[in-house]
Amino acid sequence: MNAAALSARPEINYEKVKRITTSFFIHAFLIVISIACLFPLWWAFASSLKTQQTVFSDLSLFPKNPHWENYYYAWTKADFGLYFLNSLIYTVTVVIGVVFVSSMAAYAFSRFQFPGKNILFLVIISTMMIPIPGSFIALYVLLNKLHLVNTQIGYILPQINGQLALGIFLLKTFFDDLPKELEDSARIDGCGRLRVYWHIALPMARPAIAVLAIFSILAVWNEYLLAMLVLSSKNFMPLQRGLMVFQGAHVTQYPLLMAGIIITVLPVLVVYLALQKHIIKGITAGAVKG
Amino acid sequence: MNYHRIRNFVGNYVFILPAFLLFFTFSLYPFFKVFQLSVTNWDGISPSIAFVGLANFKDLLTENPTFWVSMKNAFYVTFLALTVQNFLALFLALLCDRDIKGGNVYRVIFYLPPVLSGIVVGLIWNWIYDGNYGLLNHFLAFIGLGDLSRAWLSDPKTALLAVSMIHMWRGFGWGFVILLAGLQSIPRELYEAARVDGANSWIVFKSITVPLMIPVFILVSILTILGTMQIFDIIIATTGGGPGYHTEVPITRIVATMIGSSQFGYACAMGVIFGLILLALSMVQIRVSKMMRQI
Repeated sequence: MNAAALSARPEINYEKVKRITTSFFIHAFLIVISIACLFPLWWAFASSLKTQQTVFSDLSLFPKNPHWENYYYAWTKADFGLYFLNSLIYTVTVVIGVVFVSSMAAYAFSRFQFPGKNILFLVIISTMMIPIPGSFIALYVLLNKLHLVNTQIGYILPQINGQLALGIFLLKTFFDDLPKELEDSARIDGCGRLRVYWHIALPMARPAIAVLAIFSILAVWNEYLLAMLVLSSKNFMPLQRGLMVFQGAHVTQYPLLMAGIIITVLPVLVVYLALQKHIIKGITAGAVKG
Repeated sequence: MNYHRIRNFVGNYVFILPAFLLFFTFSLYPFFKVFQLSVTNWDGISPSIAFVGLANFKDLLTENPTFWVSMKNAFYVTFLALTVQNFLALFLALLCDRDIKGGNVYRVIFYLPPVLSGIVVGLIWNWIYDGNYGLLNHFLAFIGLGDLSRAWLSDPKTALLAVSMIHMWRGFGWGFVILLAGLQSIPRELYEAARVDGANSWIVFKSITVPLMIPVFILVSILTILGTMQIFDIIIATTGGGPGYHTEVPITRIVATMIGSSQFGYACAMGVIFGLILLALSMVQIRVSKMMRQI
């Protein structure tokens, strides 16, 4: 209606008005969706600053007397500090493990010739595509046999394995496109293969390693099912498991629960915002090419 | 010479040995073990394992309605994700493909929910849906629809839909990013050429965008199906499968059978059946898409 009324006046460019109104409605819609994305997180944050008494009645999005001490209590009394440290340990060890194990294998798959190479590569990669929804039962049985249930190593090793297919796939593709000349000349100079891998190939693969590391960080930080099955003692629990334990024990302590949620989310937010370009490039490159 | 060749041969395997060991122990062994256990009645502890043939499968197919209710629930969520979630994602991607200002900001915001864990997302929405103090009920009262307010996650009528909404809220940004990347890989010249020939927006969309996007559509659909059918974290953090069995999904059933009632063999049989259904779904999806491409 607006556009029609304006276009009645001859001096106004009808096309331009139409473009501006369309663009206005597009942005209005996109902004509504954006608010829908951000609002729940902000609501959790606002709630984490209220008290047990006010949290049910005070609906403000910017609490007047923010109770930052909730974070102190969540960190110390509700054990989120412990869970945070555990999550950090798991994430760092799994990422380091994934990067080394999968880059070595990817390097061999890309550069060396050996019997069984292609079939082995295919079998490993196929685990990315074929869902085996019951395999966590057998995994649990295996960990039990190896006496790895409720140990940190029992939670770390399967997760390194969980990221292997992605890592080997990403890095092999990267090594395949990399020129071999530098490595060849190093070999002629008498450099061993492990040293060539370590000093030449690995540093060159940094962009691909970055993508792998980011996806592994998110996967490990957000993992829940395995933590639920494998870890039963609080001292070993990561944040996701800790949140569920806290919720089970203190179902109505919303401010502390929300503080725990923000503690859990904050590192993800930082990693995401700092590296969002790589993340989006990573998912789209795989998707559009594949 | 011979020594050198052996060294070379061993050296090759040194590089893949760590990956190989991990993969065989934690992927391949469990994979086959699931099939082996699925024909036993093992309880997970006792040293004796009795072979029961296909009894677990027979029981699952004929006498376990709960498992099939959970399957139906997963299909319900998957159907909504495939339609509502993916159409929203496509619509947003089409809007952002128009070289609008701030397109990247929207992309960063829309992809935020997918990087959060199911547990975190579930726990936040748990409170928004709460029957007594939930924000949604407050909001409904505010706009004069207070009669509608209820405990969304514990009312059998709304629980599954409420859970689906959480899942779609978390998932649409992921589809959006992939679809947008697909749209942006279409050469602009094609659009310009069609415009010059006098095609309107709808014809351009129908005869250029859609055909070129079919591979991306297939990918997004398959990943949506596989991801949504295996939904677990959000359920555990919100309803835990309740009220009754109204939000049970296959993975919650498998976990309950395994941990809750210590029927490891039976749980493995559930895993096998569920895996086969997922495989069949992806096959059907690929087949249908191939047929569509020929039309």
